[in-house]
Amino acid sequence: MRKNIILHLSALATLFLFEMLGIFSEYHQGNFARILVLAAYGVGYNILFGYTGLLSLGHALFFSAGLYASGLSIYHLDYNIEQSLLLAICISALISLIIGFLALRTIGVSFMIVTLMFSQIAYLSILYFGSITRGDEGFVIQQSSRVFLSMDLSNPTIRYYSALLIFSLCMLTNLWIAKSPFGRVLVAIRENSERALMLGYNVKLYKLFSIIISGTISGLAGASYGILFGYVGASFAAVSYSIFPLLWVLIGGAGTVLGPLIGAIFMFYLIDYASDITDAYMIIVGVALLFVTLFARRGILGELRYRFYKWIA
Amino acid sequence: MELGPYLLFASLEGLVHAAVLSLIALGLSLVFGVMRIVNVAHGEFFMLGAIITWWVSSLVSGNPAIGFLLALLVVPFIVGITAVFSDWLILRHLKYDPEATIIATIGILYIIQQFALMTFGPDARPVEQPFNIRLDLYWFGFSAYKFFVILSAIILLITIWLVMTKTKFGLILRATQLDSEIAQAFGIPISRVYNIVFGLGAAIAAVGAVLIVPIQQAHYLMGGEPLLLAFIVVIIGGLGSLKGTVAAAILIGMSDGIISVFFSPNIAKILATLLVVVVLIIKPNGLFGTTKT
Repeated sequence: MRKNIILHLSALATLFLFEMLGIFSEYHQGNFARILVLAAYGVGYNILFGYTGLLSLGHALFFSAGLYASGLSIYHLDYNIEQSLLLAICISALISLIIGFLALRTIGVSFMIVTLMFSQIAYLSILYFGSITRGDEGFVIQQSSRVFLSMDLSNPTIRYYSALLIFSLCMLTNLWIAKSPFGRVLVAIRENSERALMLGYNVKLYKLFSIIISGTISGLAGASYGILFGYVGASFAAVSYSIFPLLWVLIGGAGTVLGPLIGAIFMFYLIDYASDITDAYMIIVGVALLFVTLFARRGILGELRYRFYKWIA
Repeated sequence: MELGPYLLFASLEGLVHAAVLSLIALGLSLVFGVMRIVNVAHGEFFMLGAIITWWVSSLVSGNPAIGFLLALLVVPFIVGITAVFSDWLILRHLKYDPEATIIATIGILYIIQQFALMTFGPDARPVEQPFNIRLDLYWFGFSAYKFFVILSAIILLITIWLVMTKTKFGLILRATQLDSEIAQAFGIPISRVYNIVFGLGAAIAAVGAVLIVPIQQAHYLMGGEPLLLAFIVVIIGGLGSLKGTVAAAILIGMSDGIISVFFSPNIAKILATLLVVVVLIIKPNGLFGTTKT
């Protein structure tokens, strides 16, 4: 446990020091702020996929639930940041509860397809209610509303620290869950759900809690993304935003706390690089998905844990 | 137009939808039934069929019917071979593990889609109808080609049904579907059957694409929507069941067509997906047959 705390705190300290010492150029500072919020989303995804073993293809639903709950409440109802974040957390927890309740009636392949379909309904609904959501075009959250405790969240430095704070919060929650008895049960369900059931655990209830935690963290990440970068649009609810966290987690290592961050950094820069060359940069996502399934099933951190450092959480 | 004729018009449009949808869903259902895998790239094989149809018809000058007939012969073959190749290159190495296969087919989805974007470009392109006859139905004129689409789909569905029930090949498929291990013990080359079925499923969807392109235009993003509808169909109809798939395709295709005409295409899809939720609540374990996971 102590090794894990040292490892994860030093990862956070490194991210903090990079900013403090001004190592990032302005460009990379902006990128990393995005990556940190997206990695928080990945952390949320990982709790369901990596620890509980449930593969969801519809997490964009939770991400956009948070994004739109905070964005719309600021845009239409003049909520301030605290209120909108609180609303986003409540809404995404509620939606994860409902979706979890329905989707958990299925298992395996059906679960994946059903989550994919729910997320598609959300996407289509956002387009359908275009008069409120501004559909595909989306809307901008004005700089004047993006003020928290009289700090301007659009300032690059403050934005970076806020993103780091959100990520740290999600990551440390994940670490705590992973080491708690609750997290152990989730892993037991992943490894052998029938045995977990035989041992007397209420498998379905644990799965439901896992979806709620995962969905709420994803929603929080979505809300933070909208607030920090000031844009809310339907593209965040599309299928690709369900596939991204899956890919980050697979690349970094499913069931590892730092895996989503590693995967997000890797994919963000890969896509960034590819989009300079071609419009069809999403082909990189396809190739990466095939690569991890064919040759690197454990991901980067998962492989390290398997070979050398058994203690990594 | 009065309500009655308008409803008839909407139903005819819905029937065209249903015809093509039943082909797409049947391909998906066949692959799941026999191989027990979900092919998320199925919609992209459909899209690939559509853009190759555009390419073939642009090669042939003169009467558009010649290009169309050529496409009907060539396109399903090319798409089928592409699918067979991707199965051979990727899926068989994953031993058809359900989770890995889904992730891999998502990868294939992006590769095909983005490849189409690179070569075909971002524009929607029309294909001329092979024959341009309008039937006068008293209240409104209706394209004879649309009737041809419905008829072709029916003929193809009957052919598939005959192949599945009356031929040795169909027997092999049904045996593999029922119990692949026992089938293998009886000397059926399972991996080859899988390979062929994966190609066949994609080829059936490609036929649907050839038929629809003269009405709908080819576009590199056109695969997403039919995939969603095919999932809905297959969940409601029961995967692997031919009759159930066709019945559900007619139900979903018709209502999608009718609701799209009267209201909006998005609301049709939202309602259809809510229907799936209802099915989920009524018979949770009936989904996708009895999956062993």
